[in-house]
Amino acid sequence: MHLRSLVELATDLQAGTCSSEELTRACLARIERLDERLNAFITVTGEQALAAARAADARIRAGQAGPLTGIPFAHKDIFCTRGVKTSCGSRMLDNFPAPYDATVTHKLREAGAVMVGKTNMDEFAMGSSNETSFYGPVKNPWDETRVPGGSSGGSAAAVAARLVPVSTGTDTGGSIRQPAALCGVTGLKPTYGRVSRYGMIAFASSLDQGGPFARSARDAALLLAAMAGFDGRDSTSVQRPVEDYPAMLEAPLQGLKIGLPREYFSTGLDAGVGAAIEAALQEYSRLGAQLVEITLPNTHLAVPAYYVVAPAECSSNLSRFDGVRFGYRAANPKDLADLYTRSRGEGFGPEVKRRILIGTYALSAGYYDAYYLKAQQVRRLIREDFLRAFELVDVIMGPTAPTTAFRLGEKADDPVSMYLSDIYTIAANLAGLPAMSLPAGFVDGLPVGLHVIGDYFTEGRLLNVGHRYQQVTDWHTRCPQGYE
Amino acid sequence: MALDTAAVAKIACLARLGIDPQDVPDYAHSLSAILAFVEQLDTVDTSAVKPLAHPLEATQRLRPDVVTETDERDEFQSVAPQTEDGLYLVPQVIE
Repeated sequence: MHLRSLVELATDLQAGTCSSEELTRACLARIERLDERLNAFITVTGEQALAAARAADARIRAGQAGPLTGIPFAHKDIFCTRGVKTSCGSRMLDNFPAPYDATVTHKLREAGAVMVGKTNMDEFAMGSSNETSFYGPVKNPWDETRVPGGSSGGSAAAVAARLVPVSTGTDTGGSIRQPAALCGVTGLKPTYGRVSRYGMIAFASSLDQGGPFARSARDAALLLAAMAGFDGRDSTSVQRPVEDYPAMLEAPLQGLKIGLPREYFSTGLDAGVGAAIEAALQEYSRLGAQLVEITLPNTHLAVPAYYVVAPAECSSNLSRFDGVRFGYRAANPKDLADLYTRSRGEGFGPEVKRRILIGTYALSAGYYDAYYLKAQQVRRLIREDFLRAFELVDVIMGPTAPTTAFRLGEKADDPVSMYLSDIYTIAANLAGLPAMSLPAGFVDGLPVGLHVIGDYFTEGRLLNVGHRYQQVTDWHTRCPQGYE
Repeated sequence: MALDTAAVAKIACLARLGIDPQDVPDYAHSLSAILAFVEQLDTVDTSAVKPLAHPLEATQRLRPDVVTETDERDEFQSVAPQTEDGLYLVPQVIE
């Protein structure tokens, strides 16, 4: 059952060959049996899941089911879930049962999807390896001595290990796409404003965007269709109809113009990863696409600009954690300043502190122009590079990450080298563009991700580009040993 | 620009962020490395470039000025560390 796709499971449920309760029990049993090895879940919500499954079964029997009704999913622990611990991977929120639902949580519940648990993640989504979590690192199912990527490491590992058919993630600088690449699953970051940020704990508000993880583009299309849409509760939500993603999957790729930025194929790219990407591009040629060399000259400035913009916004967003209204409070504070300082000092881990400090510095008097303003100017240059490119091509392709999964601890002591894991993904966040990672081969038994960036609001086209590739390749169907 | 330990302590104070004194040198080192990395931004002339605050350059949406949320104080305060009579409690501020 765990090897069946979301589409197949939905068909089984409609046909009555299995019930959501059976399916949910099977998922919970696999999590119980296998998650000790992975640490992909912070909270497993067995009882609520079975209740939701029974309600879904009733809905299916009543003929009121949608494509996600009765389908189990794992939810990144950054999305508020009413009455269920929403920790964001932090000690700060270890005692926080959210008092309300995020819009994405609400929409998935309305669709009848069954949440089986909340997944592990880097603390407040700040990390590229899932090692900054208060709950310990997640292991990569392809090699348990290696990282799954981050920050949505638990969601990516859970799908890769076939614990759940689909899961949710969020992506501020690559936090869906990089773990998707390192775990060999499909992950999509939508256009900024496509998926509501309401109830999604904020890291860097001008970059954060929620999206789906699935084994295939086809399954991701169904989950994204349920997550996307305008929400009056998110001030940056976009008022624009959601495309019919599943209906767009089959369009032929004949004549598709694929831009290959020369900056994405230069130094720093692992030779094995480069060869796998090259092979994937040849596959696209055979599908009728045309490969066009392009240039994104400001590429090298994306990571530096990000490490001003994201920490600045983080330092502002995380000022709400003060030990007064919710979350961790230090014991026996001697005065109000001591209450704030110690609650924050004890509640946050080292990487979160580092980013708060950098952001506070960048925004402090006398430094604003040199850092934040400068980074926002560079951000425009990066966006303009893309706007020019999309006059020539339909999508842009390259590697999602410069290497395959690295070893646990390998980069933990060197923040800048860790930040460079996101060198190909960050620009899409700065520009607000949709982008996706597709499984595209292996190097020494570890998955490689193909990165596909689209123009604004072309999620349907991206999923189509992914689906057609997955019809002629089988990388996305490979299952890590020990999880078959 | 390199940050020394005094600068780190000052920033931590601005951020109301408790840092163990023995960790301050480590932070000074890693923050300086990040700032050195970020200095690459200075290699490009942006004097004529308008800053980009929102990726789609959208402006703030307005809505009718009507009440849309109900009072859920009790529920929201149920997750607070300490409350009394609907108020959040903190250590005494004024003697």
